[in-house]
Amino acid sequence: MHPPDGTVPEEGMALTFSDKAEAEIKALLPRYPAGEAALIPVLTLAAQEYGALTDDVIDLVSTRLGIPPTRVLATATFYTMLPKKPVGKHHVQVCTNIACSLLGAEHVVEKLERKLGIRRGETTADGLFTLSEVECLGSCGSAPVMMVNETFHENLDEDAIDRVLEECRRG
Amino acid sequence: MDRIFTRDWDKPQGHLLSVYEEAGGYGALKKALSMTREAVMGEVKAGNLRGRGGAGFPAGVKWGFMAKDDGGPRYLCINADEGEPGTFKDRYIMERSPHLMLEGAAITSFAINAHACYIYIRGEFYSAARRVREAIDEAVKAGHLGKNIHGSGFDLDIHVHMGAGAYVCGEESALIESIEGKPGKPRSRPPFPAAVGLFNRPTIVNNVETIAAVPSIIERGGAWYAALGTPGNGGTKLYCVSGHVKKPGIFELPMGTPLREIIFTHAGGMRGAAPLKAVIPGGSSTPVLTPQEIDVKMDFDGLKAVGSMLGSAATVVFDDTACMVRSLARLAHFYAHESCGQCTPCREGTHWMAKIVDRIESGKGRAGDIDLLDDVASSIMGNTICPLGDAAAMPVSGFLKKFRVEFEEHVTTGRCRFPPQALAPVKTDRAWV
Ligand SMILES: Cc1cc2nc3c(=O)[nH]c(=O)nc-3n(C[C@H](O)[C@H](O)[C@H](O)COP(=O)(O)O)c2cc1C
Ligand code: SF4
Ligand code: FES
Repeated sequence: MHPPDGTVPEEGMALTFSDKAEAEIKALLPRYPAGEAALIPVLTLAAQEYGALTDDVIDLVSTRLGIPPTRVLATATFYTMLPKKPVGKHHVQVCTNIACSLLGAEHVVEKLERKLGIRRGETTADGLFTLSEVECLGSCGSAPVMMVNETFHENLDEDAIDRVLEECRRG
Repeated sequence: MDRIFTRDWDKPQGHLLSVYEEAGGYGALKKALSMTREAVMGEVKAGNLRGRGGAGFPAGVKWGFMAKDDGGPRYLCINADEGEPGTFKDRYIMERSPHLMLEGAAITSFAINAHACYIYIRGEFYSAARRVREAIDEAVKAGHLGKNIHGSGFDLDIHVHMGAGAYVCGEESALIESIEGKPGKPRSRPPFPAAVGLFNRPTIVNNVETIAAVPSIIERGGAWYAALGTPGNGGTKLYCVSGHVKKPGIFELPMGTPLREIIFTHAGGMRGAAPLKAVIPGGSSTPVLTPQEIDVKMDFDGLKAVGSMLGSAATVVFDDTACMVRSLARLAHFYAHESCGQCTPCREGTHWMAKIVDRIESGKGRAGDIDLLDDVASSIMGNTICPLGDAAAMPVSGFLKKFRVEFEEHVTTGRCRFPPQALAPVKTDRAWV
């Protein structure tokens, strides 16, 4: 996929990074005295490109950075934000840690489970939503809180939850 | 009172370099560059600036531990992992006053003679990272960062490094491992990072708030800064208040402000008719306090004196609708989930604790479970590579000590009498005061 020269890859051909990702990797590497330090940022990029860190994506990162695949895998599996399987288009992450739970986070998760027809940890059949329960998001003064992809939604009430889902469905 | 962190937070474009410069921004850096490294360190020591990441170690003293300069690379890492449940101040500093942190980073790097600084920002903080990256670009263009800063001959590159979801990476040696591209497993010490740190070179790790306090100390002097707080606890502090209060948020107040005043004056008191039941004073790992204990001064020494800790000053307030067993269960699961698994007491113990608290909470607690829980907690304490083990054990011991009756009631009656918490967001117009 995405060979830098734009040609169409053949069946069974190793993956490559897109030109955009390759440019980002080139900008990343000089920031560190050792190439291995770019591993987490590059895994993050790879997850963005391919949706999940499957075996062939791990191989791609391993080849690109010259790090043995076992080491790449050890790092990839340690971090919760590096997805091992694809997540939905909208990743809804609800904080249920202490401050949020005092203000009804459990209710937020249950409501989302009902509205989306899935349990926490699952993805809707249409691939639109993944619902996750997560640890403190660092926004406890605006509890209850959830994140949808890169955006915080704070001080959640019934209307806010409905509105956020509607916006996701529209856009 | 002088506001150090929150000064520009009310300004609509307060994060921009132009606003920061208008208020005298980067003046402290220019001043520091005209001083000796020892003099800069001396002011910070005199200011009694204690680390705001949780442990309260004096910043100037830590910098003094940096291994002797052998001409090789030396690093500053800024800890912006902000994962301790209850804590939400560093994100605000980065989003609203990124230049305050960057100026502090430049002064600190000069003091320890580091030419590269990595800001380790937790993976979920996309908008904060964006702000910080934009601010770095602005500062480089203006000559506050980069090569030959203000003609001093001092060079500094600052890089943003994003985490990828692991609370333990907030621990300084795990943070270093993580920047190196490895799983975030804490290192055993010694050696300490100041001797052997990032890329095996001398390294200082400081919290965002610690670093952001530095420009004010250089600008107005260590004596001025020290006088803002209490003896041994200099400056102002960002207190994060969450839970069952009328006005949760961030409050910049002098170090040592009484906890009662923080809750009942600044955070507006309890949100409803239910009275105060408990307070976690400094983040989820700090031992819980009862309503009788809130006349404590919120600084490192005041909380130590009552058997708790200031930690990250993340105050979580519970009214008497909260079930303490359920609350502890939530915390126990957090630590079990976040243990890196390197030490047996932490890996096994955190899971046992979560299981036992769950059992008690669901009404299936057995006689002896409470003592068993207490035993597991004490066998973790002090027996692990990093303080996450202690951080998991301390809330357990604390909850059992202060609220044992509630645990006993769950075991004897076989049920929980507290209904689930209703959805009750607090609508505040802004998150700081
Ligand atoms: C499990 C664990 C998590 C931590 N998380 C953080 C964190 O998110 N932010 C932080 O600044 N310090 C955190 N710390 C403390 C750091 O290890 C370190 O003491 C701190 O960054 C030093 O900075 P300071 O001296 O400026 O406080 C954590 C410690 C432990 C044991
Ligand atoms: S105490 Fe826990 S988190 Fe810390 S090193 Fe040991 S197992 Fe890992
Ligand atoms: S507890 Fe939910 S954001 Fe901190």
